Amino acid sequence: MPDRQLSRRLWLGASSALLATNWAEILAAQAHAHEAMRSAAPATFSALDAKEAKEIEAIASQIIPGDGSPGAHEAGVIYFIDRALTTFDQDKRAIYKHGLEETQSKRAELFPDSKSIAALRPEAQVRLLQAIEKTEFFELVRTHSILGFFGNPSYGGNRELAGWKLIGFEDRFQFEPPFGYYDDPAHTEPQP
Amino acid sequence: MKHYRPSEEVDFLIIGGARQAASWRKNSPPRGFSVVVLEQGPYLREKDFQHDEIKYTRLAAMTNNLKCQPHTYRKSKTETAGVQDQGMIEYGRQVGGGSVHFTANYWRLWESDFKQKSKWGGVAGTSLADWPITYADLEPYYTKAEEELGVSGLAGANPFEAWRSKPYPLPPLPVKSSGVIFECATRKLGLHPFPALMAILSQPYRGRGACAHCGFCASFGCKVRAKSSTLATVIQVAERTGRCEIRPESYTRKIEVGRNGRVTGAVYFDAGRCQVFQKAKAVIVCANGSETPRLLLMSRSSRFPQGLANSNGMVGKHLMFDAGFSAYGVFEHPLNEFKSVQTTRVIHDFYEPDPKCGFHGGGGIDARFDFYPASFALFPLPQDAPRWSSDWKAMVSRNFNHTMMVLGHATCLPQERNSITLDPQVKDSWGLPAMRITFDYHPDDVRTMKFLLERQVEILQAAGAQKLWTDQTDVYYLPHRHLMGTCRMGDDAKTSVVDPHHRTHDVSNLFIVDGSSFVTACCQPTCTIQALAYRAADHIAREARKAVI
Repeated sequence: MPDRQLSRRLWLGASSALLATNWAEILAAQAHAHEAMRSAAPATFSALDAKEAKEIEAIASQIIPGDGSPGAHEAGVIYFIDRALTTFDQDKRAIYKHGLEETQSKRAELFPDSKSIAALRPEAQVRLLQAIEKTEFFELVRTHSILGFFGNPSYGGNRELAGWKLIGFEDRFQFEPPFGYYDDPAHTEPQP
Repeated sequence: MKHYRPSEEVDFLIIGGARQAASWRKNSPPRGFSVVVLEQGPYLREKDFQHDEIKYTRLAAMTNNLKCQPHTYRKSKTETAGVQDQGMIEYGRQVGGGSVHFTANYWRLWESDFKQKSKWGGVAGTSLADWPITYADLEPYYTKAEEELGVSGLAGANPFEAWRSKPYPLPPLPVKSSGVIFECATRKLGLHPFPALMAILSQPYRGRGACAHCGFCASFGCKVRAKSSTLATVIQVAERTGRCEIRPESYTRKIEVGRNGRVTGAVYFDAGRCQVFQKAKAVIVCANGSETPRLLLMSRSSRFPQGLANSNGMVGKHLMFDAGFSAYGVFEHPLNEFKSVQTTRVIHDFYEPDPKCGFHGGGGIDARFDFYPASFALFPLPQDAPRWSSDWKAMVSRNFNHTMMVLGHATCLPQERNSITLDPQVKDSWGLPAMRITFDYHPDDVRTMKFLLERQVEILQAAGAQKLWTDQTDVYYLPHRHLMGTCRMGDDAKTSVVDPHHRTHDVSNLFIVDGSSFVTACCQPTCTIQALAYRAADHIAREARKAVI
């Protein structure tokens, strides 16, 4: 179980993050993600359990839906979130825990026959999220989903560069002018 | 690299491996001075820099870390300051300081900036003063900084700029789509756009290659050394002298004073959190406009019970920022603003509006885009935009390559009540008092920002933006970079902390060279900080050779 041991070591390392330099903490987060991605075994979760991960992923997938182009699910956002909660944002685990509990209560209130967020129909998921979208929990899941979808893939999300492809961003070390339409001399009247 | 023993009395101990300290190092060591530089952060090199938005903007890999170094904030001294979970103050925290991650705007001050008191007379509620030096005193050092570091620009293109003895060493960087749009719109309005003045190489220069337009400048270190940071330039020169030691991960807690009232060196925490005392003949503090006053206030002694160099109580006062709102516009065709440097066109038409406009202040306006994929998705959409769902996703997707900003850079009036002090309760993770920020805008500062924002909106309207929106101006907004004024320079020892050559009035072998020396604020301080550092270095080296330090 080498991956597991590595996670454990890094997790312990990260818990003394207040005593480490921030740089070391960040390197640990990335090493953790790299290690997990290299692993041939199915990805496992560290901060979340499998059921929590499924529920959070259902929320993330309504924030960034896979609606004809990859969304949070396809981009592996949940793996980013788990790693964030294992490393640099481990102090935010409680927000997830309590937020998820409250969201489950809200779900039971709105949809008494339902069993889980993930099993709700998409329209019901949207209604549920509308009911909690002013909460700290929702705001944090939204922030994490965006970071996981659009951030550097080395943290475990943005798989297949889904986020960057969506918006037309290219991560390269060199570009040449013209950069866009309006600075292209081919458009002699650049005024839009 | 040279290593000195802590017990060895070096000629100069420089605290803060920052943007300005380096110009110092470059000057002094060849004359045989021994120098140790203490930098609280790591010594990162080009190989360490990555295109990683999370690391640099979210996790503060190169800036002060709020988890280890909390700071507190209050609007006025009648309030109790609270710990901030969003940074109120941000500064570079690695060798090279802010010059490593800055956007690289490199604006000189105007001649009138040095004479704001004379220009405006008194302004109620402010502590306006003239600088004890003039533009003419600093001009040779502006030129020197531009030449030694490598700055791109076009002399004469800005009809309002102050006189200069030499043109820029490098031509401007290629214009981006935002720059073309801005240039057309501002000309239509009768304004005077000019190519951005950037400490980024448009052509190869002194052994470094030109900008490759990767787009990762603001908040990032440059992997190809095209950004003219002190890390890529003078720090290398200083180290090669063999007499300058850069000591990273060295967090200074106190400057020590001897019985004769002169400083003797400084105590710092090393990487293992052991305390080390480095002995020195003179100390130069270059720790930025927030950490410099904090360190002086922490350096209490029986001789200086209010903190070092603070017999008049002026250390930490007159805190100033460079504030401003953004306006955003979406255009029909792709701009692809993620490519190349963040800004390519600027105007200074509103740098010095007539006070009849209803305020004392002014500033520059530039065309720019300083977002990356995640920060774009998180922040700058219109207030009426959805915040999640397919509609939101479609909007982010459509707007990313079609959006530009027009940003205002406003001045900030000096007020004695705006300050850096030590928090009486909160400590950092080394057990040192946290920095406490007390700050509220002068009404004229807010008017300046709003006046500029109106001009920014006019520019985007003239440009024919398909959609146009601005930051919310009713939200209390605080800037957090460009920290100025907290150890102001002056002839009068009763009202200022350092003399016109950066020597503290109280201690003859203690100097302060950074944004804290500013008497009045400006929009882009780095250029002036570095010019001041070159000037101070000349003077201090001369004095040291005459043995009058």
